[in-house]
Amino acid sequence: MNNFSYVKVGSVSEARALREGNDHARYLAGGTNLIDLMKYKLESAGTLIDIHHIDENRTISSTEQGGLWLGAFVSNADTAYHPLVEQRYPLLSRAILAGASPQIRNMATNGGNLLQRTRCYYFYDASSPCNKREPGSGCPAIQGYNRNMAILGTSRHCIAVFPSDMCVALAALDATVVTQGPYGERRIPFHDFHRLPGETPEIDNNLQIGEIIVGIELPPEGFPEYHSYLKLRDRNSFAFALVSVATGLTLDNGVIAVARIALGGVAHKPWRIAEAEQFLVGKEPTREAFAGAADIILAGAVGYGFNTFKIELAKRAIIRNGMMALNPASQRPGAQPSLEP
Amino acid sequence: MAIHPSVGKPISRLEAKEKVTGAARYAGDYPVDGMLYGYIVNATITKGKILHIHADDVLNLPGVVTVISHENRLSLPWLDLKYADMDAPPGKVFKPLYDNEVKFNGQPIAMIVAETFEMARYAAFHLRVDYQAEEFRTNLGENMESARPPKVGLATSLKPPPPKDRGDFVTAFEHAAIKASGTFHHGTEHHNPIELFASTVVYEGDNTLTIYDKTQGTVNSQLYVANIFGLHYKDVRVISPYVGGAFGSGLRPQYQLFFAAMAALMLKRSVRVTLDRSQMFTFGHRPPTIQNTMFGSTTDGLIIALGHEAVAETSQFEDYTEVVVNWSNMLYPAQNVHTDYKLVPLDVYSPLDMRAPGGSTGMHAIESTIDELAYNAGIDPLEFRYINYANTDVSVGRPYSSKELKECFAQGAERFGWHKRSPAPRSMRRGNRLVGYGMATGIWEAMTAPARAKAILDKDGRLVVSSAITDIGTGTLTVMTQIAADEFGLPIDEVSFHYGDSKMPLAPIQGASWTVSTIGSAIKLACKALKEKILKKARTIEGSPLSHATLDDVAFVNGQITLIANPSTGVSLKDVIQKNQGRSIAATKLSVPNPLKLKKYSRAVHSAAFVEVEVDEELGVVNVTRAVTAVAAGTIINPKTARSQILGGMIWSISKALREETIPDHRYGKYVNPNLAEYHIPVHADIHDLDVIFVDEKDDIVNPLGTKGVGEIGLVGMPPAIANAIFHATGKRINSFPIHFESLM
Ligand SMILES: Cc1cc2nc3c(=O)[nH]c(=O)nc-3n(C[C@H](O)[C@H](O)[C@H](O)COP(=O)(O)OP(=O)(O)OC[C@H]3O[C@@H](n4cnc5c(N)ncnc54)[C@H](O)[C@@H]3O)c2cc1C
Ligand code: SF4
Repeated sequence: MNNFSYVKVGSVSEARALREGNDHARYLAGGTNLIDLMKYKLESAGTLIDIHHIDENRTISSTEQGGLWLGAFVSNADTAYHPLVEQRYPLLSRAILAGASPQIRNMATNGGNLLQRTRCYYFYDASSPCNKREPGSGCPAIQGYNRNMAILGTSRHCIAVFPSDMCVALAALDATVVTQGPYGERRIPFHDFHRLPGETPEIDNNLQIGEIIVGIELPPEGFPEYHSYLKLRDRNSFAFALVSVATGLTLDNGVIAVARIALGGVAHKPWRIAEAEQFLVGKEPTREAFAGAADIILAGAVGYGFNTFKIELAKRAIIRNGMMALNPASQRPGAQPSLEP
Repeated sequence: MAIHPSVGKPISRLEAKEKVTGAARYAGDYPVDGMLYGYIVNATITKGKILHIHADDVLNLPGVVTVISHENRLSLPWLDLKYADMDAPPGKVFKPLYDNEVKFNGQPIAMIVAETFEMARYAAFHLRVDYQAEEFRTNLGENMESARPPKVGLATSLKPPPPKDRGDFVTAFEHAAIKASGTFHHGTEHHNPIELFASTVVYEGDNTLTIYDKTQGTVNSQLYVANIFGLHYKDVRVISPYVGGAFGSGLRPQYQLFFAAMAALMLKRSVRVTLDRSQMFTFGHRPPTIQNTMFGSTTDGLIIALGHEAVAETSQFEDYTEVVVNWSNMLYPAQNVHTDYKLVPLDVYSPLDMRAPGGSTGMHAIESTIDELAYNAGIDPLEFRYINYANTDVSVGRPYSSKELKECFAQGAERFGWHKRSPAPRSMRRGNRLVGYGMATGIWEAMTAPARAKAILDKDGRLVVSSAITDIGTGTLTVMTQIAADEFGLPIDEVSFHYGDSKMPLAPIQGASWTVSTIGSAIKLACKALKEKILKKARTIEGSPLSHATLDDVAFVNGQITLIANPSTGVSLKDVIQKNQGRSIAATKLSVPNPLKLKKYSRAVHSAAFVEVEVDEELGVVNVTRAVTAVAAGTIINPKTARSQILGGMIWSISKALREETIPDHRYGKYVNPNLAEYHIPVHADIHDLDVIFVDEKDDIVNPLGTKGVGEIGLVGMPPAIANAIFHATGKRINSFPIHFESLM
């Protein structure tokens, strides 16, 4: 780690002003990702602008439109355990609590969670090539150990996965990311926030340089009645998802009125396919119906060897989580699979 | 007042408070004035030559003192023997910084020394190294044709090669009515104790060093440093009272010790070197091993043929071996046996003993093949083991000094509820999960080594015993205090055990589950010698009621020496000290196992592991929902610390069977997951109901204490029991560890 200056700021405008024109400055929120990256010499900073203590918009509160505002600097833990989130958006609460560990969730912020970087093994090893870290150097994952890599939306330059759990729920909930940037406030629909690797795997999302996330807005529909988050991973806690699914449903007379299905652990962004959700509308929520939706979602899936099992696993997870959503009480801590059929 | 014996009591660790409050100092914690910090640079190629180290790039950075590499190191001995530590396998020991050759990925090739750790690490990131890379091979599976028998050396005495084949295996197997066979794959594992390897070397002037080292052998580290740097061994003192886990990784001096000592001698300053977590993946490890088994029995379940072959990885410079294939015939008295054990030298660092080395590998293959044989014969797996039970070790034709394995089976099965099992695979369910019951046997050798101990009656009449041995977190301090207390009939708070210091009486490295037996025996002996000296003095006290007493006539109880025949008369220890002009009395003894007595017996600790798993077959998720391990390990000195050892072994079993692996990328010859986020060991949510039973076992032969050691046995039987339970649940026999859910979907 190099020497850097550290500045604690009290407002968004102060933070922005310090960042302006200073290419070597980074925002520091909870630091649970950024500090690690600096220790692994994947990131370096001349100035760390500590935004963790900014009080502006640091709330979780109802919006005029009937939705919910999640301040960017609020911790993941405070968000997950907030009564409004627990009651109205339990899917989000469960997804957050399926991630990391209590200690990390206490430090991690909502803004930082959106910007955490991939957990690709080769990305983390500064002595191996990686297009995301060093554009043009190559992607050793494609023919290497790719068990935790993507099966959807990959490119020949990168097959990395965006590792967040929280964002899978935010995608399913149709959240909007609210930012302050060089051109003032922006409202970015969640599906436009993260990017696919394409030709530029070094760019994870559509945030502009220096732009700061101030909050996340949720629309009124939170699927409090029928929802489930299922996370499949190599141990029951404190491991990133190999496949995760966030499902939210509303039912009308026993048939599906609204369906949301977002996948985590399978792509460079939370994965949603509108066509599959449309397919479910008007159908009874059965294993067959969810299987049909799964086939649509996974239509273009490609395996790279070690991760090929994820295609079948994702299908089964979509089906199972659809059924789990009908009985949220069947869900267990850590987003483990239900114990009832 | 009579004192109740401490041995057999569940006494909490005496150092527990220091550990949980942070008062305990580990090797990297000792504050030293004016100390420098080293950060080691590791090779990023797997094989080749270092052409140049651009030290000039970083020497100007503020706070950087020097860069040490093969280009400017102190002169080093060329003789390999000088580098050989107590646990060195046959071969040529790796000599750090010796020349410009890179022999394995992550090889330590240089060290930055700076005023702060952060500065040293920063400079290390910026140190450019030019290499000339060469072809290498690291993949065991693809190099099986290079397998060859291991070299024999000093270490072989503790790790016997496979016994000679017996009978006619080929014919017996061919004609066996019931057969089972399997191929078993085990990958690399790294010890990963939570305490990082660190050495704080205090330069005392005049080439004299005091070293706080993370190690399982203070004397081992002491001699290693003295031999390499040509110092008198008395000028090197190694201290290591607290060790934050080691699991075998501290059996050999690790490279931070070499670097810290060299830097201190070069700069004549105190130096600390602490490895980081990724560097913890650059030295010894459990070697990948591929095994084949072929077992045959009669239709009645009597085993007649045992075939077991193993091929394991080693480095290009040392022949590290494990006892993998010797166990089957120690347990099952078949007459036709074929075993074979070979090594493939690869461009990796030498493997290193890791908890239950070889045993946990070999017994997985053996006990899962036995399970399959039982199924194929249509016999309950537990019944099958009763049918093939033996009180002698037929592999060497000797009786066991004691073997209460049957009692382990009986009590374990009862506690677990084995009788509730329905025999057919896939026949038990709970909710949406398949349920499986599995069991397996565990075995580990009961070893005792020579060691010295000292016992002192100090001037205040307190008993102080000492040994250079470490306490790697197993409870050595507590247990040794208990043993000494009972020898003198004292409450444990009147006894002190001093340890973890190379100045103290010679102890071997702390491994092989032999510490309690080895150091405990030495302490017993030293205490006896001290009692003799004390009695001799006591007899000379004027009017002493003990004037004609021998040791057999007296009892040491609560600070008094009393006549057994007349317990109301005696002499107090304080009187004896007074008679000795207020000076302490000391005795030192060397305890050596009696080879003639021991040679007539096989000596082993046994266990029976019972496991319940639930498998969510749709998603491939497995949970070990319940497990019982019953252990026959002779005298249990402290049921609490012993239980913790077994529990740790059981949790590690879950890790081994279902979680843990160091993942190699053979294109680069390196590991891709060298951190604890991606090297998965179990978390609390993985651990459910675990139960430990110690069955009564009396053994007059193993050693004077009748103890057998419980460090490794918890990790021998349970991994195969998990695999067997998964088979019972799903009908799938998965022989590669760890079992991931994709193989169960
Ligand atoms: C061992 C481990 C396990 C984990 N497991 C999981 C898991 O299972 N699931 C999961 O979802 N996550 C997991 N995480 C990741 C964790 O959730 C993220 O590290 C965390 O959410 C990041 O938030 P932070 O506030 O600490 O971000 P920081 O580390 O402070 O910042 C991350 C990045 O975001 C930028 N940034 C932060 N806030 C803003 C803002 N408001 N505007 C603009 N830029 C900003 C920073 O400049 C930096 O580039 C794990 C992390 C660790 C270390
Ligand atoms: S998958 Fe992406 S992040 Fe991983 S090595 Fe390839 S380019 Fe780098």
